[in-house]
Amino acid sequence: MSILLNKDTRVIVQGITGREGQFHTRNMKNAGTNLVGGVTPGKGGMTVEGLPVFDTVKQAVAQTGATASCIFVPAPGAADAIMEAASAGIKLIVCISENIPVIDMTRAMLVVREYGARLIGPNCPGMCTPGIGKIGIIPYQIFQPGPVGFISRSGTATYEVVSLLTEAGIGQSTCIGIGGDPIIGSTFTDYLKMFETDPQTQVVVMCGEIGGSDEEDAAEYIKASMKKPVVAFISGRTAPAGKRMGHAGAIISGNTGTAQGKVAALQAAGVPVADTIFDIPVLVEEALSKLRRERL
Amino acid sequence: MKIHEYQAEDILARYGIPVMPGKVATTPEEAEAIARELGGPVVVKAQVYVGGRGKAGGVKPGRTPEEAREVASQILGMDIKGLKVEKVLVTSMLDIAEEYYMGIIIDRKSQAPVIMVSRAGGMDIEEVAATSPEKIIKHVIDMRSGLRPFEARDILARAGLPSIVISKGGAILTALAKAFIESDANIAEINPLVLTHDGQVLAADAKIVIDDNGLYRQKEYASWAEPEESNPLEFRAKQEGLTYVKLNGDIGIIGNGAGLVMTTLDMVARSGGKPANFLDIGGGAKAEVMEKALRFVASDPDVRGILVNIFGGITRGEEVARGVIQAQAHLPHGMPIVVRLSGTGAEEGKAMLKDAGLEWARDMRDGAQKVVAAVEARN
Repeated sequence: MSILLNKDTRVIVQGITGREGQFHTRNMKNAGTNLVGGVTPGKGGMTVEGLPVFDTVKQAVAQTGATASCIFVPAPGAADAIMEAASAGIKLIVCISENIPVIDMTRAMLVVREYGARLIGPNCPGMCTPGIGKIGIIPYQIFQPGPVGFISRSGTATYEVVSLLTEAGIGQSTCIGIGGDPIIGSTFTDYLKMFETDPQTQVVVMCGEIGGSDEEDAAEYIKASMKKPVVAFISGRTAPAGKRMGHAGAIISGNTGTAQGKVAALQAAGVPVADTIFDIPVLVEEALSKLRRERL
Repeated sequence: MKIHEYQAEDILARYGIPVMPGKVATTPEEAEAIARELGGPVVVKAQVYVGGRGKAGGVKPGRTPEEAREVASQILGMDIKGLKVEKVLVTSMLDIAEEYYMGIIIDRKSQAPVIMVSRAGGMDIEEVAATSPEKIIKHVIDMRSGLRPFEARDILARAGLPSIVISKGGAILTALAKAFIESDANIAEINPLVLTHDGQVLAADAKIVIDDNGLYRQKEYASWAEPEESNPLEFRAKQEGLTYVKLNGDIGIIGNGAGLVMTTLDMVARSGGKPANFLDIGGGAKAEVMEKALRFVASDPDVRGILVNIFGGITRGEEVARGVIQAQAHLPHGMPIVVRLSGTGAEEGKAMLKDAGLEWARDMRDGAQKVVAAVEARN
């Protein structure tokens, strides 16, 4: 088991005919993802990587029975693409696109909620379930199936940590990059809840960063309701206040969003927080061996 | 993107919000002429991208045109929190009866713009929120309908604003919400909104921050960008399309992906070093981007050594190595560079670096330790 993606998930790619879209369609296919088609307005009838291209998401859903979508549409049209997917009945939307105006996301979220869709991102690397496939741009080869659920606000830092886990012989159930923007479809807490009920997942790793209070909210949820052990890491400990550190959402405003505040909140919830990324596999191994001992 | 007060008031005026009559001056003589034209006493206000100008002595009254010139000459050229004042706004002095606060921000939790209104105007709203949150009325804007006039009036009434302000103030708040949404703002604030003794309601100060991601369709506002005195490097980086933040250490940092670069900064700090900057070359960068980034970071006189940390996916190790080698000839003599490559094309890249006599690191920690040691050896 795993979360979000399984063998029956039928995935389309919005923006499939673009350079990024084509490249990552090939990679997703190679990872074993059940891709069924793509959408680019005005390019209906084409094929990309042997997949049929449609003009609209509605057509793609009708023809292929798609249930999930991966969006590579450039920022000016990306929020519209999210709304198109949600209103066509797509249940899992993964939006890779970055630089989407935040006001567009306030509108897109209304539609996502109205149709009851799950949005991952935007400005994210997507998600991956080793052994099943991936939706997005995460390099699949660094993963191996295993007991760790992984949630992170960043892309390449995620790959870095996953590589360390895999090198340490610790596999992953599902990995999600939740996105670096101030408004994202799903939060740490949303994914923690899913991992809590996923039979494959034994330990969850969450990698947060400065900005907002999503990590603090997650800490509250963990303290109140989570039974599975969680290991955390927060980046941006050396970031100055008031400066946007690359991600639109990574900014300390006033006293809100500091790394110190997040570390303290997580520790208060009983979550061990790694000092550097190299400590993450160590803390995960400790949590796993404690679970093994308890089972004896 | 930050804009100046006079520019924010310009935007508000386009939406029909009454602002104080006034103009911008860059010399004391201009300030005097504007004061003469306005007639009556004026206020001379420093135009810099920071709050707290009043406390810093950047806002002063001028009762006569001569006095306006005098205070303008004091304020122009003044240093406020590291920023040099190059422009002043000269406005008519108001006969103020009361001051209020109204502002709109993007709220992450409600995933919508949120309005805040308070009777406690003219103060730092974060301070009011911390000390007496009950004085702030909040309202989440429904993005389907925008803010409707009756909702605006209701917010002002709940905030306890007097009857005389409800109608005019309601129209102002409705217009502010429209301006916020249509200008791709992240923050739009009128602080204070004033009621004068003769019953006028107007914006006496304004602050707007535009969403960088909206600038592609806000071309006029985008053209208002100007360098912050304290950060000429950041301004130049923006012009060159680099995601760069200046920090106060001496080790230049370049990586791919915001989270990875932040993690690298932390690692360098853990290893006893001080990062000089944040620079994210993004995904899939070619050798030319790497070269540009490296030359840019090296152009910072504070930088005594550079760490390049790349986790290859769509970014290829060979491209990174080629960029580093191309940049090498243009870097200051003796500048230590440590490169850490992993993922796609890492082996090819490492071989290229080795042939060029460059140092590479096993992993992020090794890279951080190596660059810190190299910089210490130079000092």
